[in-house]
Amino acid sequence: MSETTAHMHDDHDHGPASGIMRWITTTNHKDIGTLYLVFALLMFFVGGLMALVIRAELFMPGLQLVEPDFFNQMTTMHALVMIFGAVMPAFVGFANWMVPMMVGAPDMALPRMNNWSFWIIPFAFTMLLLPLVLGIFGIGGGGPASGWTLYPPLSLQTGDAFAFTIFAVHMLGISSIMGAINIIATILNMRAPDMTLLRMPLFVWTWLITAFLLIAVMPVLAGAVTMLLTDRFFGTTFFSAAGGGDPVMFQHIFWFFGHPEVYIMILPAFGIISEIIPTFARKPLFGYTSMVYATASIAFLSFIVWAHHMFTVGMPLGAEIYFMLATMMIAVPTGVKVFNWVTTMWKGAMTFETPMLWAISFVVLFTIGGFSGLMLAIVPVDFQYHDTYFVVAHFHYVLVTGAVFALIAGMYYWIPKWTGYMYNEKLGKWHFWLSTIFVNILFFPQHYLGLAGMPRRIPDYSVQFAEFNMISSIGAFGFGISQLLMVAVIWQCVRGGKKASARVWEGARGLEWTVPSPAPYHTFETPPAIDDSMVAHPDDLAH
Amino acid sequence: MRKENTVIVAIAVVAAVIAVTWGILVAPRALAPVNMTQGVTQFSRDVYDLHMIILWICIVIGVLVFTAMFTAIFLHRKSRGHEAAQFSHSTKAEILWTIIPIAILVVMAYPATKTLITMETTGGADMTIKITGYQWKWKYEYLDSGIEFISTLDAASNEARQLKSGIDPASVPDYLLNVDNPVVVPTGTKIRFLITADDVIHAWWVPVLGWKRDAIPGFINEAWTIIDEPGTYRGQCAELCGKDHGFMPIVLIAKPKAEYDAWVAGQQQRMAQEAEQVQRIWSKAELMTKGEDVYNAQCATCHQPDGKGLAPAFPALAGSGIATGPLRQHIDIVLNGRDGTAMQGWGKLLNEQDIAAALTYTRNAWGNDTGDLVQPSTIAKIKNG
Repeated sequence: MSETTAHMHDDHDHGPASGIMRWITTTNHKDIGTLYLVFALLMFFVGGLMALVIRAELFMPGLQLVEPDFFNQMTTMHALVMIFGAVMPAFVGFANWMVPMMVGAPDMALPRMNNWSFWIIPFAFTMLLLPLVLGIFGIGGGGPASGWTLYPPLSLQTGDAFAFTIFAVHMLGISSIMGAINIIATILNMRAPDMTLLRMPLFVWTWLITAFLLIAVMPVLAGAVTMLLTDRFFGTTFFSAAGGGDPVMFQHIFWFFGHPEVYIMILPAFGIISEIIPTFARKPLFGYTSMVYATASIAFLSFIVWAHHMFTVGMPLGAEIYFMLATMMIAVPTGVKVFNWVTTMWKGAMTFETPMLWAISFVVLFTIGGFSGLMLAIVPVDFQYHDTYFVVAHFHYVLVTGAVFALIAGMYYWIPKWTGYMYNEKLGKWHFWLSTIFVNILFFPQHYLGLAGMPRRIPDYSVQFAEFNMISSIGAFGFGISQLLMVAVIWQCVRGGKKASARVWEGARGLEWTVPSPAPYHTFETPPAIDDSMVAHPDDLAH
Repeated sequence: MRKENTVIVAIAVVAAVIAVTWGILVAPRALAPVNMTQGVTQFSRDVYDLHMIILWICIVIGVLVFTAMFTAIFLHRKSRGHEAAQFSHSTKAEILWTIIPIAILVVMAYPATKTLITMETTGGADMTIKITGYQWKWKYEYLDSGIEFISTLDAASNEARQLKSGIDPASVPDYLLNVDNPVVVPTGTKIRFLITADDVIHAWWVPVLGWKRDAIPGFINEAWTIIDEPGTYRGQCAELCGKDHGFMPIVLIAKPKAEYDAWVAGQQQRMAQEAEQVQRIWSKAELMTKGEDVYNAQCATCHQPDGKGLAPAFPALAGSGIATGPLRQHIDIVLNGRDGTAMQGWGKLLNEQDIAAALTYTRNAWGNDTGDLVQPSTIAKIKNG
């Protein structure tokens, strides 16, 4: 530790190394943040292409494009790529860039491990994607096709891709755990002297809590997939009734990981939105402390609601009632958050630059996803909703218009700080309006399909579902193509444009806005002296 | 003055929010069904009512929250010269919007729990049907009357659903929702279902009954229903179960008690006739004709109609070492399946004639000219040890 700090100190006057080695050997939190973000953007398009294969096949009844097995590979890989390749790395990228700057630290606490956390991921994804890519060229049996949840016994029928998938999951888990340790160590040890915990920006708070979730559940996933591995190759029968095991036990273990996992993907989103809304409302975040407690409550509840993903497996009545009530409780802290955001806007002096538009869209559409989540919690009704397109609509509202919209909002919010240039506001607004319109055309009709009885994960459907599938597919292509605008905005903004000021936004508060734009390669080498005018949540408001 | 302004804007916004809500929830009905079925059982109607109650609660909360938000967005903007207030918390408000949601949840939890308790009370059934999920078909066993049969996707849908079949799905009646052997039940009778699977997890779902249940290998789940109205009701497997997950529908025909009894008598007669068929000697022509039908209905999904298979998972039968090799080994694989592959044991799925015919067909079709004839009685002898 002391050696690392000394080293950092030695070369603080130099810029980054040049060429490709800069990126391979970097221990700089900003460089690593950029690597994460670029990788996530790439995977967003890879996973998006898979989604378009799915939606193209579902455009009309009948099979026109792909065999059912390949369709199943697409649904499986779309989820794995989007969750582990796009959303999670993107949030870690934001954490790398912003957390040290927000708490007044010179870098992440463990910079070399930070480098390693990132560089594991490309190897893991090579392994994960290889069977699918080889399969497309006619080599081997293709990628995993049992859904991202890898339920046995079906997942045990996977061909050669099986071991690839499991080792990739292991590597991604190691990367996530190292990233989480780093974030916790940074937040708890590296804050500037006057940056008390209850002065921290909400984004930092949400990431602190998320990091604990990651450390708690990633080993559980690793355990579950290792048991799959030994069932498949070493003759164990953890999940096979024939040998005294239980296939449902996998689902319990998986969702003990899986439910906190979905909050891992949404809590930092809450953090980003809680930064953006006060800035553009020019008004402090309403109920800062209750936001912190709400986040912690949601995190706690996430550990005790897992079986609501599996109400139809045939649980005892008492368990069903318990998991229903516990799940409904989540609506309370989540409601507090939404009410606080709306009250932050109330009587503000709002302006509607691109980040704010995305944040408002987030609040509305995430709330719709929350409503369908509440509906899904009601066990007897879930007997109808379960495994239909209603569920697909629900989790895409919380993950796409929730997590992804927050990521895009955050990108527009902080990109002037990253590049030193203002992004193209006009293009950004086009990107916003097209995305918001098409995403609803894409996902809202899926509620109708699910209620009308269309199961999820089917490559073909009866003709009564034709209309809304066609509309949904049109929305999918519109949404997918609109994202090319985002690439154009980012590309332009990296290359040049109007110079950004240090504060960038009139209403912005927080330490990251006290350093120049672009942020220098090394920031806060000496801890900043903090007064109430610099922090988003000054002491005189936090009680 | 400002206060009035806020009220007027809020009224306009609430009208707009309600109009949009109507537009997305009601207007699309013109195009196709958008809501859950009310079904044909008391349970399904209870579920529908619960669904509507919670939907309405969500709509009301949504309208209030979005009205507040869009009113602020309209009024409290810098371009209108609104000055930002600086308040940042209100303990009273925060307690209020914690307590009220809890109260709403309690109101919702009560009827939900009540409905759930009725659903989980499976005792007192008049008859029991055991349902077993297989990749990719359902087996039904009537434990009271001894009837059993396999139910698979009907031939017309199966032909149309092949990749680039060129057949318009709209021209196929009940495309993907039709089967060869529907499950027939009496109305007004408490029927208990025992649901399990033989290979991977499936889920048995007929929406008008109001529930679905996972079919899990090695475990038996219980569910029950009393159907009020006679009719033909359709459903599908709802748990991803492999490549043909989308192609294992369920057709449930509910008949008045008298008609149901007649159906039972007919089925029992059919089963008796089939038992006789096992003992007689079949000609090669008979076996080949029946074998082709059985093969195309059951085997061709994986091994393909031309016997060439689908590399790498599904091996070819034309010219294969097994289909042209020792007969006994071939019979064993067909009866018991092959571990670690998708080849399942057909001994418990098909009757002796079907298996004998399919074996004869595969050993003599596509140039596999072994000349072997497999008699149903041979299969029966091997099956019974």
